[in-house]
Amino acid sequence: MTLATVLMGVLASGPAHGYDIKRVHDERFPASKKLAFGQVYATLGRLERDGLVESVETSQDGGPERTVYALTAKGEWHLRDWLASTEPAGPYVADELVRKTVTAVHTGADAVDFLRRQRAVHLDAMRALVRERERSTSVGERIAVDHALMHLDADVRWLDEARERVANHDTRSHR
Amino acid sequence: MSPTPEPLLSGLELRKSFGSTTALNGASIEVRAGEIVAVTGPSGSGKSTLLHCLAGVLVPEVGTLTYRGSRLDHLPADERTRLRRVEFGLVLQFGLLVPELTALENVALPLLLERRRRTDARAAAMHWLDRLGVGDVAQSRADQMSGGQAQRVAIARALVTGPQVVFADEPTGALDTLTGERTLEVLLGAVRETGAALVVVTHDNRVAAHAEREVVLRDGTTEHAGASR
Repeated sequence: MTLATVLMGVLASGPAHGYDIKRVHDERFPASKKLAFGQVYATLGRLERDGLVESVETSQDGGPERTVYALTAKGEWHLRDWLASTEPAGPYVADELVRKTVTAVHTGADAVDFLRRQRAVHLDAMRALVRERERSTSVGERIAVDHALMHLDADVRWLDEARERVANHDTRSHR
Repeated sequence: MSPTPEPLLSGLELRKSFGSTTALNGASIEVRAGEIVAVTGPSGSGKSTLLHCLAGVLVPEVGTLTYRGSRLDHLPADERTRLRRVEFGLVLQFGLLVPELTALENVALPLLLERRRRTDARAAAMHWLDRLGVGDVAQSRADQMSGGQAQRVAIARALVTGPQVVFADEPTGALDTLTGERTLEVLLGAVRETGAALVVVTHDNRVAAHAEREVVLRDGTTEHAGASR
């Protein structure tokens, strides 16, 4: 339901059509994957079916038909409720990095080399986010980028520590 | 992209020991003009020793240090000191300002040591304090400033001689996250404006992510930057 609620959050600023909703979403969350139009329209369709948004206008300025959506009273209530409630804090143990590293350790593959190269990939991603944050002008954008950046930072610290542990374990077992 | 220029500063196969402890064991690094390089690695991997060798503070036992084509490790101590004062700027974790002096006097100090006229030195120091947003603490001593202010004063002192390379050892290590981030932005803004290269030692990945390139040290040796795939 998260994407749906985020789109409702966009509509809280005023009625908009699908294209604008996508554009505002992508600006608000520069570190997230860009939305596909299909995803936006499918989500709006579900929200309309559930009575959380409604189509208020259909315009056609020479181009394809565009439906303008607005939040319903029920939608506003739902959004406020979502904004006020906390989220479960994980667990994130099934992360792909963990799965791959643990498998490498068990199969005797070069986990240390994988962890070293993965660090470089993560740091590249952090570099791109830092540049993004330098360009951003709004607090919203900055804190959204910060969130992605801190998660990558946590991953990098895990990669370094995991590497240390795997390397030390190797040294010990060879003694 | 333009072809890779000659490095401004390079250390090749550097070795340095303190008693029976080997701090550097064949570390190599190149820094190009205007480049921002992060030196990272676990505690005790030799990051600070490498920085201090590059900055001419320490002399490696083995290896070559080259600055603008000349051997830095062959320079007599007094010439190395002068180079360090004029061509290099150094920012440490705890600003290390002279506690008896005001911010203005601290920043003017490297120029006075170079026998610049007192009024010129003070004017240049004031210019840098203003530029880094700490002009209002010009007459304060270190113990009358916040950590963030003291670090900005230290950055001003490192930049006042117009150095070609600025070395920073954990420059935000003693600051809280947001103050550290603002201080780092001030440092990066200043080196970008003046075109100085920056070598920053850090254990903070988010600081490292501000650099264009990362050099990873492990057990006194530099690792090859990971081909990410």
